[in-house]
Amino acid sequence: MGMIGGAVILMGLATLYITVINNEKLSRWLNLALFVVAGFAFAQVGGIVLGLIYGSLTSWFIFWLYEGRYRRNLLPYLTPGQVLWHYTFRVICGAIFVFLITPILVVLPLSFNAQDFFTFTPEMLRLDPDGYSLKHYQDFLGLRADSNGEWLRSFKNSLVIAPIATIISVSLGTLAAIGLSQSHVPAKRAIMAILISPMIVPLIISATGMFFFYSDLGNFMENTMGMNKNFVGYVKVVLAHAVLGIPFVIITVTATLVGFDRSLTRAAANMGANPVTTFFRVQMPLILPGVISGGLFAFITSFDEVVVVMFIGSASQKTLPWQMFLGLREQISPTILAVATILVALSVALLVTLELLRRRSERLRGMSPS
Amino acid sequence: MTDQTAGQDMIAADGMPLKKSLAKSLQREKMRALMLIAPLLIFVLITFIFPIGSMLFRSVENSIVQDTLPKTVVALQDWDELSGELPDEAVFTAFVEDFIIAVENKEHTRIGSRLNYEVSGMSSLFRKSARKVKKWDPVQDAPFRDKLIDVDKDWGDPATWSIIKTHSVKYTNGYFLNAIDMQRTAEGAQAQPEDKQILIKLFIRTVKMSLIITGMCILLGYPVAWILANLPNRSANMLMILVLLPFWTSLLVRTSAWKVMLQNQGVINDTLVWLGLVSNDARLEIINNQFGTITAMTHILLPFMILPMYSVMQTIPPSYLRAAKSLGATNWTAFWRVYFPQSIPGIGAGSILVFILAIGYYITPEIVGGTDGVFISNRIAYHISSSLNWGLAAALGAILLAVVLVLYWAYDKIVGIDNVKLG
Amino acid sequence: MKFTKTLLATTALTVAAGAVAAQEMTIVSWGGAYSKSQLKAYHEPYSAKTGVTIINDDSSAEAVAKLRAMNEAGNVTWDVVDVVAADAMRLCDEGLAMEIDADTQLAPAPDGTPASEDFGDLLVSDCFIPQIVYSTTFGYRTDLVGDTPPTSVCAVFDLENYPGKRSLEKRPINNMEWALLCDGVAKEDVYDVLETPEGQDRALAKLDTIKDSVVWWSAGADTPQLLADGEVIMGSTYNGRLFSVIEEQKQPVAMLWDAQVFDLDGWIIPAGLSEERKQRALDYIYFATDTQRLADQAKYISYGPARASSAPLVGKHEELGIDMAPHMPTDPNNAKNTFLYNYEFWADYRDDIDAKFQAWLAK
Repeated sequence: MGMIGGAVILMGLATLYITVINNEKLSRWLNLALFVVAGFAFAQVGGIVLGLIYGSLTSWFIFWLYEGRYRRNLLPYLTPGQVLWHYTFRVICGAIFVFLITPILVVLPLSFNAQDFFTFTPEMLRLDPDGYSLKHYQDFLGLRADSNGEWLRSFKNSLVIAPIATIISVSLGTLAAIGLSQSHVPAKRAIMAILISPMIVPLIISATGMFFFYSDLGNFMENTMGMNKNFVGYVKVVLAHAVLGIPFVIITVTATLVGFDRSLTRAAANMGANPVTTFFRVQMPLILPGVISGGLFAFITSFDEVVVVMFIGSASQKTLPWQMFLGLREQISPTILAVATILVALSVALLVTLELLRRRSERLRGMSPS
Repeated sequence: MTDQTAGQDMIAADGMPLKKSLAKSLQREKMRALMLIAPLLIFVLITFIFPIGSMLFRSVENSIVQDTLPKTVVALQDWDELSGELPDEAVFTAFVEDFIIAVENKEHTRIGSRLNYEVSGMSSLFRKSARKVKKWDPVQDAPFRDKLIDVDKDWGDPATWSIIKTHSVKYTNGYFLNAIDMQRTAEGAQAQPEDKQILIKLFIRTVKMSLIITGMCILLGYPVAWILANLPNRSANMLMILVLLPFWTSLLVRTSAWKVMLQNQGVINDTLVWLGLVSNDARLEIINNQFGTITAMTHILLPFMILPMYSVMQTIPPSYLRAAKSLGATNWTAFWRVYFPQSIPGIGAGSILVFILAIGYYITPEIVGGTDGVFISNRIAYHISSSLNWGLAAALGAILLAVVLVLYWAYDKIVGIDNVKLG
Repeated sequence: MKFTKTLLATTALTVAAGAVAAQEMTIVSWGGAYSKSQLKAYHEPYSAKTGVTIINDDSSAEAVAKLRAMNEAGNVTWDVVDVVAADAMRLCDEGLAMEIDADTQLAPAPDGTPASEDFGDLLVSDCFIPQIVYSTTFGYRTDLVGDTPPTSVCAVFDLENYPGKRSLEKRPINNMEWALLCDGVAKEDVYDVLETPEGQDRALAKLDTIKDSVVWWSAGADTPQLLADGEVIMGSTYNGRLFSVIEEQKQPVAMLWDAQVFDLDGWIIPAGLSEERKQRALDYIYFATDTQRLADQAKYISYGPARASSAPLVGKHEELGIDMAPHMPTDPNNAKNTFLYNYEFWADYRDDIDAKFQAWLAK
């Protein structure tokens, strides 16, 4: 009912703007003002925000439809049906993107909650400053009197363990993938199955099984080789995470190599390049996308892994997910949301910078963005 | 040329027969490939396959009864457990002898816990009996039959002895039977009582839900991957951030986020009520059920579907579609007959990833799944970390592994595993 | 390169640290506010007294499985572990924890009463030194239960007068007992009834009447969150969690002290420690479980000290400054109708009833 009513009101407004006022700028401002006032009447401050959004959207939509701007960027020969489908498809995709991103955007404000719960308090909804606080960030940074620096310490641990594990799985995995992609490898399927098995075995079983191995290894390194206990602890976790990341690297890199043209390496060899040079100068640049996405998967596997590290690691190797897991189980603390917010902000900054750099270099090289 | 080869071998440049030379170079190539694979293979074999294998071996290993009660096991050989009569004095004497040694070594409670997995009450039977039995002398205090029954009347129940005998084999199928809701009894394998049957149900549910989640991921992932692959680089990269952000965000955070979103007083319900679409006392039940689990897990696993699909679609030239259309194909035919077949490797890789990851999940179902959302891994985790019944956990894990391998094999037969692309 | 450098740097640092503090021990506990209370009441004074460095490991939730794995691998890295009594029994049965003689290895009460008497019935296992008494009880939203706040645990099963969701732990323990109590079984008969298959069915049938209104929790932090959200109107959790919701977070929640189930949490020493480490662990336990130390812990968290002699020494909360005694589950006003967890029973029936309970849940 509400929807139909809304549509009727919008139609009325549209007729008003187009036939009576007949001035786009003026009517858009008018529309905005109308919606803000209506929003405020219904729901104070929150309503104003919503009114602003709705007002600008509806006025844009009215003129977008009326002026036929929707055809502007499309191929001129498309039928109306195709144009409609084009936009329906865009809307569907938009909805999926909303599905992907909303849960994350919704919880991020909760990291500023003044309370220790994952709840939007009435104060927060009223946008009352008292409902907000930075205490969870202070907790993460170890600035509060009762915080013990555990968060920062585990963050640092994650930053040490994940990259090293990734480097190990990427380097070993890429080599093996190149080997696997050659023709005539005996028992190829069996080898492949073994190499991707770490992904298949339920984590809790892997964790228990690996514990025994790493405990023996730890004993050996500490007692026979006389290594420091802490260092051995890191080695254990890094190796365990490296194994878990390998299937991702193997699958991505072998997939890229499927389309790899072997004559390129032969040509390089013909021209006198040794195998190492061939690898780094010819093969590597071509399979780099696969290696990178494999590395990304491997990195995330380690950076987000909680079951195995809880078994194999000891207190001094506590990683960020482990600390988060405790934070969820032992005391609900929005500190984990503060961490998430910081990580999201960092990665957005990183990705945007990368993209801008890419565009810059494209411009410098005089290429037009394709 | 052909005439020449009829009688003799072709000679390569270095004077060797070509066949031999080729074989040699093939051999060399094989060796090179193996050398490249070897470091990783050895690494994975030693640090993963071997430890996991020995863990899974626990699903059949059962030497504890024989090791702790060696004489009893031998003496029980002659007893017919189906007769319904108590074993004779020799068994009781052998048992007390074994038991006294076991108490000294503090092993009696371990065997009690082992047998308690099969029948409740064994744990305390062994624990309590030890207090009295340890004061006895194996020679002077004989005979033991009535004395032991005095300690606890359960020793006078043939069922107790039957349990010991049934589970005294060194390698047992008992854990695997338990894993499929059956039990090892004196009369052979039998079904568990109906009110304890749960594991098969969980297996089926786990596979079913994982398939649904994989299907949802394909449905939602395909359009997104398509638009990412077909937009100009500039906008595609920006949209890519929207896919990568959830991927970077911790699983725990995303699961909690869904809890905040879906619960009764959560964001979605509040918004719907505020908009007047749903009345306040008829809030939607969208968490703590299968819907909640599927929604949250689809969201969590979607990037694993989109990324491989995207990289495959990027390699499909858009001109193919245009060519098909200019040759008279309708939109649908052009997509279905030309574009879609080329994108199958991406769907395959994504599906394998998503399905395998989904089938092993347990943290998310635990948090948003309520009673309907428990997966088999939750039970594995319970038996590893609470009940310490590692034999059963290993059996469950082995079955799960087998299920995945069978599906993997079926996939290989239907689609072909070489037809999978992930990068 | 940078990462290698970082790793080398951390290694160098830890080598240095290792050389200075030769005497260190790893103590495993639950994390969160509970670990903090132990840090203040036990670890800090002990370190100050002896110079031993204490490393905190928040792994108690995985302790049973991990101790078994450590024991089988012959490399036990933990010195003292905090577990609940039921887990302690299991560990003791499996030979994974060391037996301790209360009278010779623990401190007597200040008036000379031997430790075994001071702890009394709470020494439920030979390997277990109780530390706190906690109770699993219900909290309810004062603004959502109407004009007659619940006074009995049976309100949980009363959908008519208290409509709305309630949260219960996703395991049979406690829930089965409450169900039988509210189904008319006398308190002293509960475990006798629960031992029979009919009794188990009866308890499940009672739970079945509210099954659709239950939100099941598995982590201790769940119920406080659910109550704060107004997602449930009442829910079971540990009394310390409720204390924090009510007194520290000021939520509109109140405590229902009826048929609260008493349970214990305490220390075990893993079996198989070297003689030197064993002595150090015993020395720590002797210090940390004496009368004053147990009373001190109650300053930071609202769990009752396990020694009878500690009760009179319980003071005020360190930060809030409120009297802690009335918030103890052991306080006479709160303990009018209590229920003692039967360890022997659950050690025998836990796996069996858990299978039935899970099958019922999945129905």
